[in-house]
This record gives sequence, structure tokens and C-alpha cells, in this order.
Amino acid sequence: MSSLSRDDVANLARLARIEMSDQELDNLTSEFGVILNAVARVQEVATTDVPATSHPLALTNIFRKDLVIPSLTPEEALSGAPASEEQRFRVPQILGEEA
Amino acid sequence: MSALTYDDVMAKYEPVLGLEVHVELNTHSKMFCGCSTIFGAEPNTQTCPVCLALPGALPVVNEKAIESTILIGLALNCSIAPFSRFARKNYFYPDMPKNFQISQYDEPICVNGYVDVEIDTDEGPQSFRIEIERVHMEEDTGKSLHVGGSTGRIHGADYSLLDYNRAGIPLVEIVTKIVPGTGKYAPEVAKAYVAELRDILRSLGVSDVKMEQGSLRCDANVSLRLIGSDVLGTRSETKNVNSLRSVERAVRGEMIRHAELLNDGKKVKQETRHFQEDTGLTRSGRSKEQAEDYRYFPEPDLVPVAPDAKWIETLRAGLPERPSLRRKRLQEQWSVPDKEMAAMINADVLNIVEETVLLGADPTKARSWWLGEISRLANEKEVAISELAITANDVAEIVSLVAQGELTDKLARQVVEGVIAGEGSPAQVIASRGIKVVNDDGALMAAIEKVCSEQSETADKVRNGHLPAAGALIGAVMKETKGQADAARVRELLLGHLGQA
Amino acid sequence: MIKNSAAEMAESLASGATTSVALTQAHLDQISKVDGKVHAFLHVDSQGALEQAAQVDAARSRGEKLGPLAGVPLALKDVLVQKGVPTTCGSKILEGWRPPYDATVVTNLKNAGVVILGKTNMDEFAMGSSTENSAYGPTHNPWDLTRIPGGSGGGSAAALAAFEAPLAIGTDTGGSIRQPAAVTGTVGVKPTYGGVSRYGLVAFSSSLDQAGPCARTVLDTALLHEVIAGFDPRDSTSINAPVPQVVAAAKNGDVKAMKIGVVKELNGDGYQAGVRQRFEESLELLAKAGAEIVEVSAPNFEYALAAYYLIAPSECSSNLARFDAMRYGIRVGDSDGASAESVMNLTREVGFGREVKRRILLGTYALSSGYYDAYYGSAQKVRTLITQDFNNAFEKCDVMVSPTCPTTAFKIGEKANDPLAMYLNDIATIPVNMAGIGGMSLPCGVAPEDGLPVGFQIMSPVMQDQRMYSVGAALEAALLSQWGAPLLSQAPSLGGAA
Repeated sequence: MSSLSRDDVANLARLARIEMSDQELDNLTSEFGVILNAVARVQEVATTDVPATSHPLALTNIFRKDLVIPSLTPEEALSGAPASEEQRFRVPQILGEEA
Repeated sequence: MSALTYDDVMAKYEPVLGLEVHVELNTHSKMFCGCSTIFGAEPNTQTCPVCLALPGALPVVNEKAIESTILIGLALNCSIAPFSRFARKNYFYPDMPKNFQISQYDEPICVNGYVDVEIDTDEGPQSFRIEIERVHMEEDTGKSLHVGGSTGRIHGADYSLLDYNRAGIPLVEIVTKIVPGTGKYAPEVAKAYVAELRDILRSLGVSDVKMEQGSLRCDANVSLRLIGSDVLGTRSETKNVNSLRSVERAVRGEMIRHAELLNDGKKVKQETRHFQEDTGLTRSGRSKEQAEDYRYFPEPDLVPVAPDAKWIETLRAGLPERPSLRRKRLQEQWSVPDKEMAAMINADVLNIVEETVLLGADPTKARSWWLGEISRLANEKEVAISELAITANDVAEIVSLVAQGELTDKLARQVVEGVIAGEGSPAQVIASRGIKVVNDDGALMAAIEKVCSEQSETADKVRNGHLPAAGALIGAVMKETKGQADAARVRELLLGHLGQA
Repeated sequence: MIKNSAAEMAESLASGATTSVALTQAHLDQISKVDGKVHAFLHVDSQGALEQAAQVDAARSRGEKLGPLAGVPLALKDVLVQKGVPTTCGSKILEGWRPPYDATVVTNLKNAGVVILGKTNMDEFAMGSSTENSAYGPTHNPWDLTRIPGGSGGGSAAALAAFEAPLAIGTDTGGSIRQPAAVTGTVGVKPTYGGVSRYGLVAFSSSLDQAGPCARTVLDTALLHEVIAGFDPRDSTSINAPVPQVVAAAKNGDVKAMKIGVVKELNGDGYQAGVRQRFEESLELLAKAGAEIVEVSAPNFEYALAAYYLIAPSECSSNLARFDAMRYGIRVGDSDGASAESVMNLTREVGFGREVKRRILLGTYALSSGYYDAYYGSAQKVRTLITQDFNNAFEKCDVMVSPTCPTTAFKIGEKANDPLAMYLNDIATIPVNMAGIGGMSLPCGVAPEDGLPVGFQIMSPVMQDQRMYSVGAALEAALLSQWGAPLLSQAPSLGGAA
């Protein structure tokens, strides 16, 4: 019941932004068959009357006051940047929607 | 392609609108961290591990942002959810440091509201109800600067430079349900809705609502259906609509574009379009080969928001009067003509005029000071009226001094100028500049006699009962007394002097 | 000196018998001697550690009031950020990154005067049970260098077992503190979720991750627990309540009238004979010490592993999205004309190891529209059922117990190509993370068949962490009087031990 085609795996890799070689895709496709069958067991007991738990603690309303605290210095902020220019992070050309 | 007129479109189709408005809240600190939100700071000076998404950093919700969002929901007649949650919206984009946006998905904080807007129609003013689907919280992205290429636009750029000062600024998204039944007034309704929203948000004090700075942004969804059909057409989503006028133009433009496609037997593509301020047209965004799958799931780093009823009721009790209703009430109370009312709203002086009136000033006088002399001085100095060093208190005092005859209009203008120049309160300006009305009848009579002998012909006309001629003499007397005389008293004495009392 | 407990070292420091600089140097020397074989450390911060030690010594000589562990050295798992010190999470993608801030745990350690020796090896982004998934090579189990030290926190556990540090910090998402403790003969505690701040802990699975103390004795673990635990306003999931009195519990070690629930489902088939034998013997010792042993059932635990391998990958697929070559870490493929998208794709291909990619893709799938309800949604329901099982069981007992792992340490490479077999290592530890409760592993002997250490797991309800320390201390004392010397004295000498 739970199987993924190689194309499905390639599409997941695209969504997850990971380039993958053909070899890697082949390996993962076969591993996924096994793993998905194992994890699909959750469906045996996950009936509609069972509420979902997304968090182990039943906390609500944890807020902070609207107070400004010192930021990093721009030097610290940019300290790990692979490339920077004019106190900004320099990144390769963006082929996306115009923001 | 045939060039359709707007009337051609309306003859065949009915527009259906949907509007999504993003509002940046004016909190001091960001949505999930303590970085400042001040506009225009040096790049990357308002960033920290949280808003840069450094490994290990965690978000904590800004309480003020929650409060502001609830206020917005209440002002838009929404129900406030007793339990709502943040969710992660997953997609990769360099301006979004975590590569997911913390937003709300199936459990937004406010749902099911409405806003009524009024527009002028051929049949007179008509009200339209815009139903609100949801109001939810999220965070803004960073800003990219595209370098290289010719246009400074993203396409053709060699690389981009990112500033994350804006990343994480609290954002509220207000989404309408579909708005049918606006007919040919769809563009005006869309504009009126955004304008009403802007006024409401401003009255709540939760946002700067500056469309030009991006603190209020509108996406307009437009589709057409054949008149009489109940099948919705394919919609386009127009982004980048950065002024009220553009909202109207974008909707109108999209209606015509859709109609042209449909008339030519083509299909409208469901896509994002970008509004072009210069042409008023929209341009297709880069279409993606595959639809984005955002893989929403509850944000595990945050706990649910469950505002208690008492908090909500306290906020509800403190809601300001709805701006459109207040405007109507004030216009009636002050008997202001429509044009003047519009002028006050445009100049953004309604609040200060009301304040001045509440301090006892006559509404007409208060209005004419703020809209006239004070606006003129603000223009001259190229600053906003609110930035001038004159208060409602000062103006109320000046109006009262004029009413009591302590100041003439001309002197009052000097006082206003002095207050704005930072010379102190009206009383201080009057004292330091030595401004006072000449109400010594003896001095006035001397001036009147002097003027009457200099302009004996005019004086004779008055003596012979031609009263309008008195104006010129009064003017001359005022000039003689350097404007420090009370014009009414001068007229009284002059007419008596010339036997016309 | 380096074989003493942290409590003993602290005493020597307090009495002036030794200095923190001397103690720190002794550990740095041990690292030089043995870490070539063990490879517990990814980065040794000799200079920083000695400076910190000198500061503690100076403060002590000025007569300042110091914390109970001031001057004692510690090994920090490389998944916690320390300002200016390389932090890789065992991944190539973060190679060379020096964080500009401290994790709250690190701040707490520094404030307590605990000396940080360096960063320890781990499975990449804490994904694994053997430390074989580190991009920087595996860590070796000091008991048998051909075997795994457990994972993901194999480096921290091995450092303790090889006497390279008396204290260590681990993180536990599905057993990454307890399973390494079990297979190295050391003690490790996963506190109640929310008991220790996650701020500065590089997230693997946010709703499961928890940092915790590791040491060679229950008391040392408790002392470290109290140093790092407590409310942190920078972590929204941090519990705003007093820290459980774990040191007092560890000192007392009293189990009289306590009910100890043996989990029926976490024993039997699939558990190595020697593991079961040592576990049963430990139960007898606890009974002798005055505890009442009862059996409890947790029927839904059998679904825990499946749920875990949906929840953890789902959250990690989102948590690890930030490693995109734009703001920090390595950047691959940034040639002329390359797009940001292709640089992200290539960097993530090269920067992430096989297990990390596997889990990111699995999580991406489990969250994708159309499959969410069947996978992630169902897993969340299982989480509810597991929590209910714990709640029901805790009505019948004060703590629950089980073997920590089904087997002793396996050979390096043995399970590397069988992800499902590898995942089974965590079968007994995962339920604790799912419910957010506390869990401890302490050594309960070696398996007769292979002479390798066996771990005994104790689970306590939310914010009742002191209970597992009481039981752990009682069992430790009983075992010690049997053995006559700590279990680690049975471990082979690595040639460098003093």
C-alpha cells in the first residue's frame, strides 16, 4: 500500500531542495518502500476518536513583553556568511517570484 | 485582441472579488524576538539569532502583537477563537531565513467578520458588506536588493544582497470571503474596502498603515463569471498593489484583461500577477512548473494561543468608534459641508480638530485654523501637521482670545506663527512679541480722523449713506494701527464719526 | 584523579587539594592520550578550557561563593552552540561555523563555573544510534574499540567511559542520551521535556528534543542536572516551575514503599539474554532495598517506533531547511550564473549525509498534502495513546523500568546498511520522548555472553524527575556493593588511563 515511485522520490528531493544522483534516488526509492510499510503501522490504531498530540506539554499563552533587546552587531550577524557585501548577505541570483 | 471597454465587460460578466491585505503591526519589537522594528535602519543592524534563523534559536511570541491582532479582529466584527495555533508554512526562499514562515493555517485567531463600506453610485450612496473570512498572524520576510542586470529587478540580476531587518516583523493577514454582487462598482468597492480597513487600523493604533512603505499591502483576487451563471471563473491574484488608487486600477484592469481572454475563447490562468504602477496593467509572475506544497504543520516551538474571555472583553470595551461612523457623527454635529469634510480627512486633521472643539473652540473656527493657516505653515516647512509645535490646546486658546476681542484674526495668525516657531504658548508669544489689540478709543479716533481727512471723498460717500464705502476706510484704519485694532470696534467708531451709527 | 567522580573532584577543588587548572590539564592530557583511538571529540578547546579553569581558581582564591561543580571539566555535545567555538552537529554542512551566541545550557554551565573542554562527536544532527553517521568519522566504544558507543551522543558517552571528562551534556530525541549511556556503562538522563532550555540546541525534532546530563555516577548526573535545568524565557516550551530536587533524591537513594512498574511490553522477545538477566537481577536488588515491583502494561508502545519515525523526520525536514548556504555554513556550486536554488540543492546534496537526507525526504513526504493525515496526523494520535498508556501505568506505580536497549553495543558497520534494524535500538527509549516524561539509564552490569555493559532504564512522570534519581541511586548503591568497584573498572585500559 505504501510505495513511492522513483519520480515521487525525485519530487520530494525537489521540494526538500536536495540534488540527488540517479544512484541515490534508486537507493532511496527501495528503502522508502520498506520504511513506509513499517511506519504505516500507526494507521492501525489512529482512529478518528483519538485526539492528536502535537506537543508533549499542555501549555498555552506563552508570550514575551513587547520590549526591544539589543540585536547582534552586523559583524556578528554576517560572521558566518559565505559571502557578504555592503553589510548584506550576498546570495546567488534568485529565480523566483518578484517580491 | 479586441480592445474592450469597461461597459463591454459589464454587459456580459459579473466580477467576483477577493482581497487579502497584509498589515505590518507597529510593535516596538519583532513578532518572535526582541529586535527593533524601526523603519529604515542600516542593513542587518536589527537582527539576532532568532530572526536570522541561526541554528538553535527559538521564537517567543510578542504579546502586543497578539493583542493588536485581537483588536483588529474585534474591529472587523470577527469571532475570536478560544484556541488557535501557529503553523509552519514550508517553502524555500532566500529572503525567509528559516525557509519556513511561522503563520497560522487551519486554526487562525479571528474568523467570520465583516466590514461595511459606502461608495457613491449612480443611485446615490450605497453600502456594501464585505465579509471577512479570517484574520491571522504571521511574520514578514527580509528585503532583497538585486544587483546587476539593467533594471534592478530580480530578472537578469547577477546576484542579490539580503537585509534581514524586516524579517520577523509581525504581520497580520486579513482575508475576505469572496465578494460577489458589486457589479460595475467592483473597483470602487475594492478601493473603499482597503480605505476603510486603513482607517480602522489607524484608529486602533496598531499599524502605521503606510502603503508606500509597505506596512499595508493588498493582493487583489479577481474573477469573472457570466451574468446569471453561478459558476465561479478562474481567478488571478494581483500583488504589488501599493496605493488605494492602484487597488481600483488593478481590479478594473484585471476585469478587462479577463474579459478579453474569455471573449477570445481563451482561458484565464490561475496565477500571481504583478501590478505595474506606471501602466496600470499587470504582468504575469514567473509561473512554477509544479504547485507549491507548503506542508503546513503545527509549529512545535510555540504553544497555542488561548485568549481568555476577560482579556477579549477588556479589549472590546476599549475599541474606538468606527472611523466612518465617527466621521458621519462629527460632520453632522459640526454642520460641515461634504467638501470641507473630505479636506479635513485628507489633511488628517480630524482628530486634532475634534480635540480642539472638545476644548471649547467653535467647530468652524477650529477647522479653519487647522485646515487653513496651520496646514499652510506645515506645507511651507514640508512637515506633517502632527510634527508642528502647536497643540489643540494652543488653538483653542487662540480661538477664545479672538472671540473675546483680545486678538484680531491678523494678530492671531502672528500668534500661531510664533507658537509654531517654538516661542512658547500663545500667552508667551503675545507677551514676548508685544502683540495686543488697540482698544484705546482715543488712539482709534485719532486714526479715524486722520484717515477721513486723507480720504475725504470716500468719507463723504459714507456720510451720504453709501455704507459699503466704509470698508476701505476701515482697512486704512487697520493699517494705520498695524492690525492691532479690533475691526468691529473701528467700524462702530467710524460710522458714529460719520453720522451713520 | 581523572577516574574520580565529579563530586569527588569538586570536593578536592573546594578543599584546595587540587586546582581547576590542574584538573583540566589532566583531562586534556587524557584526551591527547586516548582520543586518537576513541574519537570522542570533534573539537578540543584547550585554551578556552584552561582560561575558564584559571578564572574559577582565581574566584575561589578570592573566596567567592562557587557552585557545587565549579572548576570541574565537561564535554559538550556538538549540537549545542557555544559562542566562538566551532559547532558542526556532526555535519559537513556546518563545517567551520562559529556561533555568535551561547545556548542557555552553555550560559548556565559557564555561570556555574563548569569548564567546557570541547565539543563531542555525534550522529549528524543527532540522527542515529551509533555515531557512525558523523561526517567526521565514528566514535569508538572504550569497552571495545571495534564497537559503536551508541548514538547520537556517542561522543559524550565515550568521553565519560574513557575518562576524558567526568561530566558531559547530551541531547535525547529518541534515546540519544540513554542508549549511549547504556552501551558505554555510564549514566545518562533525559529530563522532563521543558525541564532544560532548548535555546541554542540545534533542533532535530523540536517536540522531542531535550538536553540532559551525562556522568559516571547518579549523583554526578544529578549535580549537573541542577546546573543546566530551569525556566528559560527564550524557550516557549520551557516549564516555569521549580527544578525537581534531584540532588537530594540522588543523595538519599531511598526506594522504600516505592512502586516500580516493569513494562511488560519492553522485555522478552528481541532482548538479548544477558540484557534480560542483568535487568531481572536489578529488579531483585530494588525489591531487597524495599521497593515493590509490579507489572504494568503499555499496549501502544509497539506503535511508538513507527510514530517516532514519522514525527521526528517531519519536524527535521522543516528544522533543517535553514541549512541552505545563504547565511552560514558551506556553500557549494556558486559559480558564475548559478542560481540560489541550484546552490541550495548542491550544498544540501554535499553537506548532508545519507541518513539525514533519508529522514528529510521521509518527513517531506509525511507532511505533504494528501498524506498528512495518514502519516503525520496518525503519528500524532499514536502519541496521544502512548501518553495515555503512561498515565494509566503511573496510576499503578511511581516509576516505570525496562532495559534501556535490547542489546549491548554492536560492531561498527554491522547495521549501517539496514536502517530498520538500526531504528530498533531505540524501541525502549522512544516512548519516553513521545510523552515528554523523564528517563534515565544507568549501568546494571555486563552481559555474560559478551562482557559488554547493560543499561537499566527508569522512567518518571512529568516533572517528577527526582523519582528516577532515587531509584537510580538505590540501584547503583546495591550494585556497587556487589561489584566492589565501579563497573567502568572492568573496562579494558586504553593504554592512557592513569
